[in-house]
Amino acid sequence: MILWATFLMALREIRRNAMRSVLTTLGVVIGVAAVIAMVTLGEGATARVTGEISGLGRNMLIVVPGSARRSAAISNAAPFDRDDVRAIATEVPGVRAAAPSASRPILAVYGNKNWSTIVTGSDNAFFDVRSWTFLAGRRFEEAELLSGAPVCVIGATVRKELFGATDPIGAAIRVRNVACEVVGHLDSKGRSTFGDDQDDFVVMPLVTFQRRIAGNDDVAAVFVSADDTVSTEEVQDRLEILMRQRRRIGPADEDDFLVRDMKEITRVLETATGVLTTLLGAIAAVSLLVGGIGIMNVMLVSVTERTREIGVRLAIGAREREVLLQFLVEAVVLSTLGGLLGIGLGLAGSYGAARALSLPFVFLPQIIVIAFVFSAIVGIAFGFFPARKAARLNPIDALRYE
Amino acid sequence: MSGRTRTGDASFPLIELRDVERVYGKAETEVKALAGVNLVIEEGEFVAVMGASGSGKSTCMNILGCLDVPTGGEYRFRGVDVRTLSRDQLALLRRHYLGFVFQGFNLLARTSALENVELPLVYRGISARERRARAMGALDRVGLLGREKHTPAELSGGQQQRVAIARAIVSDPKLVLADEPTGNLDSVKSVEIMELLTRLNRGHGITIVMVTHEPEMAAFASRRVHFRDGRVERDERSATSDSGAFQTLSVEQPIGTA
Repeated sequence: MILWATFLMALREIRRNAMRSVLTTLGVVIGVAAVIAMVTLGEGATARVTGEISGLGRNMLIVVPGSARRSAAISNAAPFDRDDVRAIATEVPGVRAAAPSASRPILAVYGNKNWSTIVTGSDNAFFDVRSWTFLAGRRFEEAELLSGAPVCVIGATVRKELFGATDPIGAAIRVRNVACEVVGHLDSKGRSTFGDDQDDFVVMPLVTFQRRIAGNDDVAAVFVSADDTVSTEEVQDRLEILMRQRRRIGPADEDDFLVRDMKEITRVLETATGVLTTLLGAIAAVSLLVGGIGIMNVMLVSVTERTREIGVRLAIGAREREVLLQFLVEAVVLSTLGGLLGIGLGLAGSYGAARALSLPFVFLPQIIVIAFVFSAIVGIAFGFFPARKAARLNPIDALRYE
Repeated sequence: MSGRTRTGDASFPLIELRDVERVYGKAETEVKALAGVNLVIEEGEFVAVMGASGSGKSTCMNILGCLDVPTGGEYRFRGVDVRTLSRDQLALLRRHYLGFVFQGFNLLARTSALENVELPLVYRGISARERRARAMGALDRVGLLGREKHTPAELSGGQQQRVAIARAIVSDPKLVLADEPTGNLDSVKSVEIMELLTRLNRGHGITIVMVTHEPEMAAFASRRVHFRDGRVERDERSATSDSGAFQTLSVEQPIGTA
């Protein structure tokens, strides 16, 4: 029998039992929609993590005291000092910029407003390494950096909380007992994947911070930006050699500092979100499987209900394979219709969810093709058993079936 | 494989049963539904098969309709030994040579009369346009033109049986097998159906084998075969194929819509 005629027959049968058909496909609709939504959202999350980390600074490495085996908080490794930073910036080939960093959480006050934020001591390399752009104002001047002048640059959140719509340039904010003049403010980077606000900080010259806030000469971390021409792995090796020399670590001893490559962290995070996406997709795929079982159930009921019809078809000369094909086509048409509906629903749902979670909406044509093909496969796999049952009916018994 | 069934030669009798046996079950529990049936039916005959229930007439019909195969003896359809055919080949034989009319009509529910009649042609791979034309022709022959859009639920029992008859004849079969076609109808409708079958037999030369236990209906046939205990007990023919007794049943009269 012509496939097309079978297809039309299946469509007619599905229309004839519209309500049942809708209920039958519901499982596949939900399954496909779930797969599409989970994978699309997962890809969105991955895209955001990747985007954010690259926004954190290109080719960035972070040098911190402490060992790989013990957390920095409990290690007794000595902090760095300004000479270490200078050495990194000048002695290591491939280093574009090195920014020292020492921070404290402190309440910043302006007028009658106050805001608890992170105050960091650094220098102009801070803006280069972390790729910050100025909305207004300027960087620190060389004299300010050397003398430890009370000046600062503020992040978008601090500006919003303390100044609202007014211009902060030239105003003096009080940080602990230091009244420092705002000389610049930065463009917003928004929230990070982990939910923390990247714009919530005040940065001042390192000397100012050390003298007037920390009361010591410690540098807690050095942010290093590598040149595009060298690999970060190479720079990482050179940094390790330099720091081992400077900290006089014997050949047999372990490092008491760490050089973290952000690229590596990116990779780890990407792998993690990738695993998460796969996991969610797999869970969604299970619901698609359940949808397939739903189709099988209804098709089995349908075969029983239509036993006499099958008897008639066999009597008037339908071969086994033609009855098989008819029911199989019906199941596949049902499941692919469900698949199409599910794709629409999944795309709409993930678009909405992506907006609600402020994730990028990543349109993946391949997952749509996969979902469609998979729903067709579900139809074939779960339609086969009922179809075979129908095809193997004995025409005499089928005709007599009440 | 259809080639095999088509080799059936018109020079052979349409149906030839020789010592046909049909045994159900095994050993001690075996039941002989047919115990050696000999029957030859030529093309153009209108045969009524009669007998009490359990006499083997239904089993014989199933075998004639190639829905079942004999366990012993020989059934030749146009000279072809049906026992040598596979399940698929039997299906093709039914598709190309047989038409069925059932007691319970067995129309597809919620499906128009036209689509019901078209069904056998779908399996023949005939184009939609030609299917439509032939199905309309068949509906015309059973006097249901104008009702082709109606579903079985919208038709009376007599009309439903006419649709079923149209479905049986739409593929120009060599043989129509009717299993108590009037069993579910009142006597007026029954007579109308019998007149229709008679007209198809005489006017269009369609061979009909019909099971019935009503002598009034069997009287329409040109030949009555009585079954008893799995054997043909009596085989009687009307004196002439258009015997006077039946001429009073005006086959030429237009068959009204039931």
